[in-house]
Amino acid sequence: MIFKDKLEGHRSQPDELPAPAELNSELDEALDNFRLSIHAWSEAAFSRPRTVVAALAPRRVWRLAVGWALGCVLLVGGASAGLWEYQQWEMRSASARVAEQQRLVAQQRNQLARQAEQQRLDEDLLAKVDRDVSREVPSAMEPLAQLMAEGDTP
Amino acid sequence: MAAATVLERMTMATAEEIAAEEFSSVVAKHRPRIFRFLLASTRDMDLAETLTQECFLKAHRNWRSFRGESSVITWLMRIAINLQKDHWRNRRMQFWRQTQSNAVALDEASEWLPSGERSVEQQLLARERVGQVSKAVEGLSERQRTVFLLRYVEEAELSEIARATGLSEGTVKAHLSRAVARVRAELGGKR
Repeated sequence: MIFKDKLEGHRSQPDELPAPAELNSELDEALDNFRLSIHAWSEAAFSRPRTVVAALAPRRVWRLAVGWALGCVLLVGGASAGLWEYQQWEMRSASARVAEQQRLVAQQRNQLARQAEQQRLDEDLLAKVDRDVSREVPSAMEPLAQLMAEGDTP
Repeated sequence: MAAATVLERMTMATAEEIAAEEFSSVVAKHRPRIFRFLLASTRDMDLAETLTQECFLKAHRNWRSFRGESSVITWLMRIAINLQKDHWRNRRMQFWRQTQSNAVALDEASEWLPSGERSVEQQLLARERVGQVSKAVEGLSERQRTVFLLRYVEEAELSEIARATGLSEGTVKAHLSRAVARVRAELGGKR
């Protein structure tokens, strides 16, 4: 292709066309200026600093996705384990509370039973004492007691 | 037998290295021109850069099939023109707003005119004229604009334009003639 290397200078003219040289000078100059402005603009745009964003390779994308998935699994697993542990702890403490209550109730019952037994024993002892005491006769009353015993015999 | 295979492999590797080096030099040489043409066509730096990269990517893929029937720059220009066409055809609606926002205003584009040794008045007048030409170019059809830019910005011969665009030389002349008439009218009307 015979694209011209130099930016400046006259353009080659096709024979059949109303070539730029045959156009009025104003048009010719405007077209020249247009070309120069496009060239200058392009050069400036071409040499401007660019920020390059590296495209992620498919393998890296996969690795990233797997990493994220593993991370999510670990997060969910950790949260679930924590929740499960908390529930277990709740259940353990609830059963401990129930057992403690049952123990207290049983203790109370035993205490009550022991108290009742003690009371009964005390009452029995007192009754026995009363009986024993009532059967004993003072020595001053001994002759009268013998008389009553003889009078009873037929 | 084994020695021949090794030799073949070495030859292939060397050929690939040579091709890669050749292509690197092609990129270094022609990238600014392709970018310039796409920038002038789209007036969008980001889009021009993207299309330039796509152009060279496509060229790299087809580098082996390039048989030198035309010059490298003509071949690259043809790829660039087709990419640009495809872009506008496929993504006109999706990218319309973005392109509108990224596109440089005509006045701003004319600011790049080198001042040279002109007076301030001359500079202002030249900028105004460049703005008028830009406006006229913007109003051209896609094909007319491509032909106009290849002719008056890239300074290509008609035969090269015909090869790059896939049009006949007669059609190129017709498009160019209409484009120039439009620019002339724009300049004449604003006097």
